[in-house]
Amino acid sequence: MSDATLSSAPALDLEAGRAGRRHLISRIVIYGLLTFFGIIYLMPLWVVFFNSFRPLAEISANGLIAFPQTFRLDAWPQAWSEFCIGGQCAGMQRYFWNSIMMVVPATIISTAMGAITGYVLSKWKFRGSEIIFGMMLLGVFMPGQIALLPWAFILGKIGLANSVYGLVLVHCIQGLAFTTLFCRNYFVGIPDDLVKAARIDGAGFWRIFYRIILPISPPILIVTVIWQFTGIWNEYLFGVVLNSGANQPITAALVALSMSGTTVRTYDVMSAAVLIGALPPLLVYFFGGKYFVRGLTQGAIK
Amino acid sequence: MSSAGYAAMAGGNSFWEKLKSWTPIFVIAPAVVASFVYVFVFSGWTMYISLSDSTLLPTYGFKGLENYASLWANRRWGVAYSNLFFFSGIFVLTTMAVGLLLALLLDQKIRAESFWRTMYMYPLAVSFIVTGTVWQWLYNPTGGIQFLVQSMGWTDFEFALTTDRKNAIWAIIITGIWQSAGFTMALFLAGLRSVDGDIIKAASIDGASTFRIYRKVILPSITPIFLAVAVVQLQSAIKTFDLAVALTNSGPGISTTFPATYVYDLMFQRGQIGEGAAAAMMILAALAVVLVPYSMYLGWRRRREVARV
Amino acid sequence: MASLTVRNLRKNFGAVEVLKGVDIEAQTGEFIALVGPSGCGKSTLLAMIAGLETVTSGEIWIGDRMVNSVAPKDRDIAMVFQSYALYPTMSVRENMAFGMESRGIPKDEQKAAIARVASLLQIEPLLARKPGQLSGGQRQRVAMGRALVRDPKLFLFDEPLSNLDAKLRVDMRTEIKKLHQRVGKTTVYVTHDQVEAMTLASRIAVMHQGQVQQFDEPDTIYNRPANIFVAGFMGSPSMNFIQAEITSASGTPMVTFPLSDGGSASLALHDGVGERVKDRKVVLGIRPEHLSRQSASTLGKPGMATMTAPVEVVEPTGAETMAVMKFGELEVVGRFSPDEAPKTGENMPLAVDMSRACLFDPATQKRI
Repeated sequence: MSDATLSSAPALDLEAGRAGRRHLISRIVIYGLLTFFGIIYLMPLWVVFFNSFRPLAEISANGLIAFPQTFRLDAWPQAWSEFCIGGQCAGMQRYFWNSIMMVVPATIISTAMGAITGYVLSKWKFRGSEIIFGMMLLGVFMPGQIALLPWAFILGKIGLANSVYGLVLVHCIQGLAFTTLFCRNYFVGIPDDLVKAARIDGAGFWRIFYRIILPISPPILIVTVIWQFTGIWNEYLFGVVLNSGANQPITAALVALSMSGTTVRTYDVMSAAVLIGALPPLLVYFFGGKYFVRGLTQGAIK
Repeated sequence: MSSAGYAAMAGGNSFWEKLKSWTPIFVIAPAVVASFVYVFVFSGWTMYISLSDSTLLPTYGFKGLENYASLWANRRWGVAYSNLFFFSGIFVLTTMAVGLLLALLLDQKIRAESFWRTMYMYPLAVSFIVTGTVWQWLYNPTGGIQFLVQSMGWTDFEFALTTDRKNAIWAIIITGIWQSAGFTMALFLAGLRSVDGDIIKAASIDGASTFRIYRKVILPSITPIFLAVAVVQLQSAIKTFDLAVALTNSGPGISTTFPATYVYDLMFQRGQIGEGAAAAMMILAALAVVLVPYSMYLGWRRRREVARV
Repeated sequence: MASLTVRNLRKNFGAVEVLKGVDIEAQTGEFIALVGPSGCGKSTLLAMIAGLETVTSGEIWIGDRMVNSVAPKDRDIAMVFQSYALYPTMSVRENMAFGMESRGIPKDEQKAAIARVASLLQIEPLLARKPGQLSGGQRQRVAMGRALVRDPKLFLFDEPLSNLDAKLRVDMRTEIKKLHQRVGKTTVYVTHDQVEAMTLASRIAVMHQGQVQQFDEPDTIYNRPANIFVAGFMGSPSMNFIQAEITSASGTPMVTFPLSDGGSASLALHDGVGERVKDRKVVLGIRPEHLSRQSASTLGKPGMATMTAPVEVVEPTGAETMAVMKFGELEVVGRFSPDEAPKTGENMPLAVDMSRACLFDPATQKRI
């Protein structure tokens, strides 16, 4: 009896040992690869972040990808209010506020319209509602270039050319397809029985929306707001075409900044300027990360 | 919950009640009209301009397909769409490969998984403009990656892609992949996780190794996702604009012109909006070539599933 | 005056005719059940009574009003859904108050109604909770409470017990019956479970493919089904159907069918059925409980016929024993008490209660 158990125990250990080593090797490979990619992904962020705190002399000497040796805050106020972009030397400040004044109203309006439109298309279907949804879906895929000339024309006619409000209008209309898509697909998952019960209870169109649909909507509304905020803030084409000079959003300012091909590239100030332009959506991402991903997987696959 | 049902709900045939039953339609009318104008009227108008003799401002003399002819005869357009093909092919395949690799790695019960995920996906929150600008600095021979590697000893290392006429396109490809692989990774990871756990358990009881389970069970289950991701990436590649502007500004020379950047150039720098509109229509056509067959395929697949039930 | 009358109701969804001329009615205070397999149209019929679907043709009368184009909220009805459809972000109290609020009923009346119903259903401790915090049975009661608070003329139930597990279903069924006895409102109850229909309703409408096959008291439906469908749908295990022929031996009409051993069984027809038969071919319907082992007591009763059949499978359930026997090529299920249980492989001598058996015309499927 004891002989049998003694002789089987080492055999088991051998098997376990082999499996353990295999496991260890695979773990090393996995984490190794992850770290490798991690470095590649982190590097540009690192570069921009640290170079905004290094003096220009040090950057020129040691290159962009180096450990900072001295720490200075000068670049930031310069980038904010003094830097010269496209002839004007007032820093990124003005463009930052342009972007804020463009993104906030456009996000709120396009999300609200999307929620109501999604509500109708999912809970109050009528003949042709699917066709209308399909048409709005087309708007998601349209290339911006098609809309450039018409928008330039229309904004000129209604007096909103070269203004932040013009951009608000553009992004509201263009964002509508996207927000409707998200909201409608979410609302379709709300049981129809709830709406039926509410109708028997005597609730009408608006009452059902406010008392029943809206209270369950926060998840999709957050996702929509995050995606709209990020998308509109980061948008470039319409900002640079429809507006000019001091009325442009921050993305256009960044391009002008890096094209100001003076002989000496002030990487320190430029890094700070880039960060000013990139931080709002990045912060939204870091704080709202899980909603970001949820929007991705929900919206893109459908 | 049909609107006809809403009519039943409002009840009666009085004018007020009939009107109330139209509430849903009144409510979405502005949005629908706006979308209709945006999708159809705008494209129609741009298409008309592409057939007109507009140069600096829209004029409406009909020129037929002349703009298209001169577009296709233009060398720069040739560079643009051959760049597009080259870029799209490599971009789509590589972002999917890298994304799949990262997703597979993250699917292995990693510790601090959300940390890694956050790191690979943050580029999605960043504008292509920002990415292009920063990578432009990284490609700079005096101070960027080349400088770093050379200063570490490999003095022959060359990575100044953005100033290399022949290879600048690779700068755009590499940076584009860097930006987008997180997106494909997220979709693939969601797909991998959506596979029914019971099937995987059954396969491992059947004796399959992890590798075999992936190859024969999990990956085949998510083939629809491969197709969806490829289509999304492809349509994004066709619209490439911000990246090309920020990274190389179509340069050096015209070597990294893309259809979208050429449209901008024609319309707003050369005062040839007729030809610019023609180029824009070509982009729309390319998108249609990708999206129309895909949506028809989706419809066919849905019908087949319904029929099977 | 009937509380609910449905006359020749038809419904088309596009080209598909889902209801093909339905006539039913419910007297005030009556509990009627609409039962049938999925797709038979019972839920559509209920939705039309509620006003959630429009009428293609026909009439619906609630009380003395024709309500075809009246809105659901004005029909004086209340509905309990299969999924309960409780508003998830509102407390139980708010759920119950929602309908009254929409109608502008004063607050004190609302409070009184809620208090009354909550004590009736014993859901007072749940009033402040949200639906997500309730168990299935509790949600069921809250859904009924929401309906009761309206004090309507007509109660509509759409398969309310389907989402519950078996034991809870039986308990809730009894509660619904007790509730109806106490409150006494006219009720239309849709279910696919014939046991629920039999136990709860005073009249049952058996539906199939958009038509009412039979609308009668449970006893009639069970013992004198109008056609093969009703006979097969009601009763579990279901009635056995045997293809047979009418023969006569010495003047007595008999029904004959082949047996496994090559011979045939001839069972005397009972009660004048023989006169009504037109053709030679019939379908004989025998319920499992109408088969028993031959013994002195069984043979004594009028209408009994005898035969033998081999036993293939025996399934004891404790309270009774089921057995699958072979009549010729056909498998027939019998229900026996444990004392007379068949044994596997036995060639069992059977007593068939012909006074309860049904004959069906194979062409029209109707009972003869």
